[in-house]
Amino acid sequence: MEKVLMKGNEAIAEAAVRAGCKCYFGYPITPQSEISAYLSKKMPLVGGTFLQAESEIAAINMVLGAASTGTRAMTSSSSPGISLKSEGISYIAASDLPCVIINVQRGGPGLGGIQPSQSDYWQATKGLGHGDFHVLVYAPASVQEMADLVIRAFDKAEEYRMPAMILADGLLGQMMEPVVFPEIRENSHDKSWAADGHKNKREHNIINSLFLQPDVLENSVKARYERYKTVEEKETVAESYLCEDADIVVCAFGASARIAKSAVAKAREKGIKAGLFRPVTLYPFPERELREASKSAKKLLSVEMSMGQMTDDLRLAINCEKPVEFFGRTGGIIPTPAEVLKKLEEMGGEW
Amino acid sequence: MAVVFERPHALCDVPMHYCPGCTHGIIHRLVAEVIDEMQIEGDTIGVCPVGCSVMAYDYFNCDMIEAPHGRAPAVATGVKRSKPDSFVFTYQGDGDLAAIGTAEIVHAAARGENITVIFVNNTTYGMTGGQMAPTTLPGQVTQTSPYGRDPEREGYPIRVCEMLATMSGTALAQRVAVDTVPHIKEAKKAIRKAFENQRDKKGFSIVEVLSTCPTNWGLDPVKALERLRNDMIPYYPLGVYREGKGDGVK
Repeated sequence: MEKVLMKGNEAIAEAAVRAGCKCYFGYPITPQSEISAYLSKKMPLVGGTFLQAESEIAAINMVLGAASTGTRAMTSSSSPGISLKSEGISYIAASDLPCVIINVQRGGPGLGGIQPSQSDYWQATKGLGHGDFHVLVYAPASVQEMADLVIRAFDKAEEYRMPAMILADGLLGQMMEPVVFPEIRENSHDKSWAADGHKNKREHNIINSLFLQPDVLENSVKARYERYKTVEEKETVAESYLCEDADIVVCAFGASARIAKSAVAKAREKGIKAGLFRPVTLYPFPERELREASKSAKKLLSVEMSMGQMTDDLRLAINCEKPVEFFGRTGGIIPTPAEVLKKLEEMGGEW
Repeated sequence: MAVVFERPHALCDVPMHYCPGCTHGIIHRLVAEVIDEMQIEGDTIGVCPVGCSVMAYDYFNCDMIEAPHGRAPAVATGVKRSKPDSFVFTYQGDGDLAAIGTAEIVHAAARGENITVIFVNNTTYGMTGGQMAPTTLPGQVTQTSPYGRDPEREGYPIRVCEMLATMSGTALAQRVAVDTVPHIKEAKKAIRKAFENQRDKKGFSIVEVLSTCPTNWGLDPVKALERLRNDMIPYYPLGVYREGKGDGVK
């Protein structure tokens, strides 16, 4: 397999094409513009559609339309743009449609900044729109994973008929690393629900999210939550590093996990028994994996590029049985391994 | 006995929720008749956004998609781009198309998106109880213009066909009405043309249909038709505002 040097954003775009994405709809926003630029060149060459929409709102609704016909479709944006898409994401989830949404996060709230951030964790995992629903959330930590998880996201979105999000950040989007694109085995998922023209061969298909009878609506939501139960049982992914004997388990996802990993290695050199737990899926959150990884831990430390949005999920996963501390920077500032190490040294020896 | 009049196949055999005297039923029928006559039901995908016609997915026999408020032209774009050989129509009200969905409709026209838009203009938000719409006439009393729409306060109604006729991607912009038999016949011809334009890949077609809302206008069905004729048509003149191949053909 050929190894190529690529920007994270470009790896996302190339992986989408290889995963069979036939329609991409986007709107310009920093720091994810390379995705649109790449696909505007590539899509016409592979018989796909690239369309720059008039707004983030239009882009996600174009995805809704393409997904309704059973076509693999994707949109990408960055934090403020994702807020605009949330109406459409709710409709897509409520219509049981698969699609892939990329969020290359930047600092917020509001217009915030254009430097890397992870402060959309809550939005992605808890509140990506109105109503009771989830989207699959994948958090890559390398350019290679940007590619791998995009491919997985398309597959899982179709398997469970729900939207999937890649929650990346400006650091991963902009940095260059070698990447190997895997051979794609496109799994064939049932598309008999698609509104692609009945050809006089079946009853008409309806894609909708409106149920005026409360009991019918409740049942449709409950059916979706049955699927989520399966997702929570089968689809969690996480990585553990030096956790077996760790006194402190550092928990971090995405770019923060790379920084935390350096800090953990340095801490070990200094005799601090630290380990790293990295959730790759943020919904479903790998709770069992965290409980296993933190068995020997006295304390947990969440390292994030936010004000600590993941810390509550850590506490819930371990039933608040151990203290969970937090170290992070926000607003587009990337924490350094030295800062994390200092925090580990402060935490060390307190038990 | 020979059948001389029957329900078009493209219309489902179900009761509709529309109020008595509302002309949505006529417009649904015209769309369905055109689909039948062109024999395109199996290749047609309808998109109905929020408004009185949001439940039209239960009434048309072709594949149907419900869209968020105002977003039908964007959803239809996604459908058409992924299935270019299908016939895609949106069925939108005036609040939907000319207020919350203004960006989507203008840009679909600008792109010459090869879709058919059925725009039902009854000068009010029907489903939510008769609020002022972007098409509400000056002086018209609604739930949210209780003293009558005053252009000094609430601005002026939008003439959608005239606006979209300025766009290069528009292949057809025509305003029709369903108050009389000759007008209904004319409306059907326009709808047929709008679907044929898709087949001929001419670009974006919009048929604006002046329609009634007896319930929210507070008029009986006959008086509602008279209002359409006497008040609406003078402000929204019927006719073809743009016809021909759009510049931005897909």
